[in-house]
Amino acid sequence: MKILKPLFAIILTLMWISPLYAEKNSVVIGMQLEPPNLDPTGGAAAAIDEVVYSNVYEGLTRFQADGSVSPGLAKSWTISDDGLVYTFQLQENVKFHNGSDFDASDVKFSIDRARDENSTNAQKGLFKGISSVDVVNSSVLKITLSNPNGGFIRNLAWGDAIILDPDTANSAASEPNGTGPFKFSKWVKGDRVELVKNNDYWGEAISLEKASFKFISDPTAAFAALMAGDVDAFPVYPAPETLAQFEADPNFNVIVGSTEGETILSTNNKSEKLKDVRVRKAIAHAINRQAIVDGAMFGFGTPIGTHFAPHHPDYIDLTSQSNYDPEKSKSLLSEAGVSDSLTLSLKLPPPSYARRGGEIIASQLREVGIETKIENLEWAQWLEQVFKGKDYDLTIVSHTEPMDIGIYGNPSYYFQYDSQEFRNLMDALNLETNDQERSKILKNAQKLIADDYVNGYLFQLAKTGVANSKLVGLWKNSPTQANDLTGVSWSN
Amino acid sequence: MSSYFFSRLKILILSLFFASLIIFFMIEIIPGDPASFMLGINAEPETVDALRKELGLDISRFERYFNWITGMLIGDFGVSYTYRVPVSELVMARIGVSIPLALYAIFLSTLIAIPIGIFSASNHGNFKDWSFMGFTQLGIAIPNFWFAMVLVLIFSIYLKWFSAGGVPGWDKGFFINLKALTLPAFALALPQASILARIMRSALIETLSQDYFRTARASGLTFFQAVKKHAFRNALIPVLTIIGLQFSFLIAGAIIIENVFFLPGIGRLIFQGIVQRDLIVVESVVMLLVFSVIIVNFLVDMAYLYVDPRLRVKK
Repeated sequence: MKILKPLFAIILTLMWISPLYAEKNSVVIGMQLEPPNLDPTGGAAAAIDEVVYSNVYEGLTRFQADGSVSPGLAKSWTISDDGLVYTFQLQENVKFHNGSDFDASDVKFSIDRARDENSTNAQKGLFKGISSVDVVNSSVLKITLSNPNGGFIRNLAWGDAIILDPDTANSAASEPNGTGPFKFSKWVKGDRVELVKNNDYWGEAISLEKASFKFISDPTAAFAALMAGDVDAFPVYPAPETLAQFEADPNFNVIVGSTEGETILSTNNKSEKLKDVRVRKAIAHAINRQAIVDGAMFGFGTPIGTHFAPHHPDYIDLTSQSNYDPEKSKSLLSEAGVSDSLTLSLKLPPPSYARRGGEIIASQLREVGIETKIENLEWAQWLEQVFKGKDYDLTIVSHTEPMDIGIYGNPSYYFQYDSQEFRNLMDALNLETNDQERSKILKNAQKLIADDYVNGYLFQLAKTGVANSKLVGLWKNSPTQANDLTGVSWSN
Repeated sequence: MSSYFFSRLKILILSLFFASLIIFFMIEIIPGDPASFMLGINAEPETVDALRKELGLDISRFERYFNWITGMLIGDFGVSYTYRVPVSELVMARIGVSIPLALYAIFLSTLIAIPIGIFSASNHGNFKDWSFMGFTQLGIAIPNFWFAMVLVLIFSIYLKWFSAGGVPGWDKGFFINLKALTLPAFALALPQASILARIMRSALIETLSQDYFRTARASGLTFFQAVKKHAFRNALIPVLTIIGLQFSFLIAGAIIIENVFFLPGIGRLIFQGIVQRDLIVVESVVMLLVFSVIIVNFLVDMAYLYVDPRLRVKK
């Protein structure tokens, strides 16, 4: 027994002199979900891009914080007059992290791999219009399209279009080898991914020596981790109810920005009960968007009246077309001959915007005499039942892909919205490369889906993050789901 | 003796076989396709098919069951659909957190429970006994995740003595990890210690009324000498049974505590596997847990032999 006391004393002292303070050239970023793997070309999980996009991997072009697209591994490009041939001038003296040289053949390999018949690229549609990829010389690459595509340069900025080294492409899932300013160092599964500075980076040098991404799924734990200083920033912070506390604390910055996520009450347009546009219109007028934003999102989020991001220059505000008007809603329902006993299924995926928003919408619909049967689903079940099986009346989902209004042109998409008029607009958009004309078409498309009341358009998902107040350079908005750390540094 | 082990072995193999059948087909009938989950809502149907083929999901369930079970016999637990690394590798990494955490919690809970149990039993029926038992009642009643959050609030956020969660990894040194596991181990140990203390107390009270104990006292031993030499060991059998059960529970059942302290343990691996429909991971890990429960029970049986010499000479 006598020996126990000093032993405990030694253990306790040793436990305390562990390095509590981290040097100020490293950063720990908190994320709620762990990426399933680290290959952005092999999965749809946003968490993959949130770790590696622009940090480890680069594409020919890239998104900037403001949503614009700028050159990446392609220094510049020219487009032929018919809009079909893109000639890219590539950056020179670029090396992959394993030391092998980057050149046009790597680009050809990566793009051909993504559009290959056996490709498992989750956004294969981005590469659909490509008819051939040709290496002109080591630093010039030519891509030929079968039809003009005004959004092609933008498509190449997606994480799914990053450039891989052919020799290591098969191990990209666990040992990423890119050209970016950070090198992959270590992945402790279930806990964190560590990146270190790439000293041979071709572009502007970054100021951080080390970056870790720590995965904390529980919102309360995320709060504690920030408060205790275990993580320096939580760019997509999962506990909005505690944001006021961080706002009042001078040690923290609350960063509120926008995302590309249109949060909508998706509606099954082929459902017996909902195929009448008057019923969908009645639902739209029964919804009080601000109440949902306040109640489900603690006030963060911008109401939308169509499927388009409000920060986009071509956005038009159509919220008044489906303003909150329960009386109008009731009269529309009786006009449509819907009896008092309209009961709709409302299937909710796991995110809190859906679960909390769903409860609020259910009570708002009850006000106008529509009963809902709420069913909480896991994502895998949601994909199976709602997305694939179209076995639902209503659901709530945030569509986070940038510029994804084109999904309304696919009649077998889970909304089951079938409009030749809309498809014509999308065909015209794909052929149009003039910006003014494109803007006109996009506005017409927004109007059309608002007029048809395809879905209940709720709000643009906000990006609410919390960061140590000395950390600067984090992205405010989320033009793509990424945590680009190239511009991040510690002040003083 | 050998026929006894042979019959045990037969039962062991049979129960593992039935467990594997139940686990595999229960998990396979959960709705949701791993490939569609991984590729999200923008994927083309042909891409999903290509991925299903790549993951080996395009063959029948029975074939997959057969491959799984024969693979496990040679130590191959399959490759995770989402992580794309062997399941054994994932499990080994997680075990590095779960087993030390479970051991630490068991250590703490035993350290707390046994003295309380002895103390309460020796004060049987009086105020000290009742107040300690009141505390253990409270320890059982408090949900451990709530207790964990209180610990975080006090020791991480206000006092800043401990980090709010996570483990640095064993390559960073022993004590820094021990420190990181202290709060979670305490949170896990509290309810376990409360249960254990009550078991210890009642087992000891029972032995205290035995004739041999009275004889021991009558022969001139003090109360504590008699407890130490005679009563304690006899009271240990139910306590060991509970510790054995608690250890199995702590490995797989620590999931809520793992979430509160964001620890990459076995419980979270299973949970994540279910959410992501990484079926092979769930199947293999659950199978491993079943296996380990059987082994722990076996070890507890062996421990009975140690504490109770009568069992040693019985056969």
